[in-house]
Amino acid sequence: MQNTLRQQPDERGHFGPYGGRYVAETLMPLILEVEKAWNTAKNDPTYWAQFDELMRDYVGRPSPLYFAEPTTKKLGGAKVYFKRDELNHTGSHKINNTIGQILLAMRMGKTRIIAETGAGQHGVATATVCARFGLPCTVFMGATDIERQKPNVFRMKLLGAEVRPVTSGAGTLKDAMNEALRDWVTNVHDTFYIIGTVAGPHPYPSMVRDFQSIIGREARAQMLEREGRLPDLLVACIGGGSNAMGLFHPFLDDTSVKIMGVEAGGYGLDKAHAASLNGGKPGILHGNMTYLLQNADGQIEEGHSISAGLDYPGIGPEHAWLHDEKRAQYVSITDEEALEGFKQCTRLEGIIPALEPAHAYAQVMKVAPKMKPSDIIIMNMCGRGDKDIFTVAERFGVSL
Amino acid sequence: MTNRIDTVFAALKAQGRAALVTFITAGDPDVKKSLEVLKSLPAAGADIIELGMPFTDPMADGPTIQASSLRALASGASMQTTLQMVRDFRTSNTTTPIVLMGYANPCFQYGFEKFAKDAAAAGADGLIIVDLPPEEDDALLEYTKPAGLHLIKLVTPTTTDARLKAILPKASGFLYYVSITGITGAASADIPAVKKHIESIRKHTDLPVAAGFGIKTPDDVAAFKSAVDAVVVGSAIVEKVSVANDAMEFVKTLRAAL
Repeated sequence: MQNTLRQQPDERGHFGPYGGRYVAETLMPLILEVEKAWNTAKNDPTYWAQFDELMRDYVGRPSPLYFAEPTTKKLGGAKVYFKRDELNHTGSHKINNTIGQILLAMRMGKTRIIAETGAGQHGVATATVCARFGLPCTVFMGATDIERQKPNVFRMKLLGAEVRPVTSGAGTLKDAMNEALRDWVTNVHDTFYIIGTVAGPHPYPSMVRDFQSIIGREARAQMLEREGRLPDLLVACIGGGSNAMGLFHPFLDDTSVKIMGVEAGGYGLDKAHAASLNGGKPGILHGNMTYLLQNADGQIEEGHSISAGLDYPGIGPEHAWLHDEKRAQYVSITDEEALEGFKQCTRLEGIIPALEPAHAYAQVMKVAPKMKPSDIIIMNMCGRGDKDIFTVAERFGVSL
Repeated sequence: MTNRIDTVFAALKAQGRAALVTFITAGDPDVKKSLEVLKSLPAAGADIIELGMPFTDPMADGPTIQASSLRALASGASMQTTLQMVRDFRTSNTTTPIVLMGYANPCFQYGFEKFAKDAAAAGADGLIIVDLPPEEDDALLEYTKPAGLHLIKLVTPTTTDARLKAILPKASGFLYYVSITGITGAASADIPAVKKHIESIRKHTDLPVAAGFGIKTPDDVAAFKSAVDAVVVGSAIVEKVSVANDAMEFVKTLRAAL
């Protein structure tokens, strides 16, 4: 067998020691049903034909690979390209996944959709596909996040979704995920749970990756066409890690391509942050074994980031594995650095990035100057920043 | 050494009565009060005690038990204090079985091997780790067996015969039948359907079967008693512990229904 990093997980959903199916027995039949349906669907050309058509005509793919010339000139090192997934319908990469999953849900005859959301991007992407396909949609969202992300809450409601506030725990993303899992075990017969990132019980981490890998496949082909060669470095931000996994996966066997994931450093790794790999340790939560923010007693701690999309206390299990295997390097960027990245990208490129990819941009600001002008970076611009203008204005002391 | 769970089920079988299994969360509302409640349960009628190990993210539990976990953690409960409660309980009671129930991560951080050894040494008799299905439980089972602890497995209304075949070889002590599709403390069970399913499960195993989740009142207990070897009441007791402080009176009424 060819030596490859692209054939994980094993048949039980393990990426090395990570991943798996750590769920209550009540959920197991559901998980196994999703896995069975997914194994059939992913080998069915008609399923992918439907997916590809929606990607092209509804999402607007392929997203452009853009040469960020002003950034490149300013940083004075490597050539910087953006993969423009912020131009997708609904403004982020999240829609790639929700389309894949709702097509699967409909194949399975499910008639009700649930989802969890933190920043609201995945909630909006789920509410969007539910509107498009006429399925009722319930989005679980922490009460704290509902306060922080009012525009996205309103968007979900406009799209016809019910947004159910979650008050248990701290009222953020992990609590929303707990509540969605509780709803799922209660409504086993008609409900499909669209998980928003490359985490959760098998098959979700690899299934979501397979939907998001369209990002990396496009970027690889676009780079070969444009420059006639592969890039030297990939940079993407990581909360749960779906946009990063989507960009990275098609390049994992290209040993000349360095891979860098950027975690949310919050106020700094010695303070409140959301950097599971750099500041956490392996544990079990939400159906998978992975790196988690937790105390010595195994109690889960809340993540902090200026970006509500990054403050999840875990990370997808495949990232945990790539970290241990040292195929990818995981670094962190603080809130302050991300804001600097946000400002510079906006002023130089005329692109207002979401605070999530602003972390990736801030990392590019650090590494590009140290690279040669002949080197090439692809950064995933995974979301647009309209949703974040209130947060940023508050940080800048501006009232809107 | 004979496991106390086996002893209790054998004795009750001879009497022709189902066991009352009571759940409380260790350290709720604080360790001192929780230990008092724990010590009072056998006299009030508990045949077996499930002692919840608090966890921040109890995804199979409803609001009552979630809240009890968070209260316990806020008051300083940890795996250390939970095991100490078991040790303290054993100084005055050597017969009532204790089953530690909780989620995998606190046990994993403690270390599965050390956890199994220390739990057994403290005087626990079994473990229910909700998020360790048969697919993922080998890493713990390796240590519970030599420690003499039963690793109790869950069976649900959605468990098929094929799935039962994966669960049973790993089950010991008793089978915990989750009587509703849902979380603890939720809507009441469809009792005729549960009875029918349990009858079909008994064709495949001689293990005692306990029913839990959604069993709240003496009437619920009475409705289940003929179909099962044990009835588990959790959220309803936890509520009494935290709100009304009259948990023992309530446990007596549950016991009277058997």
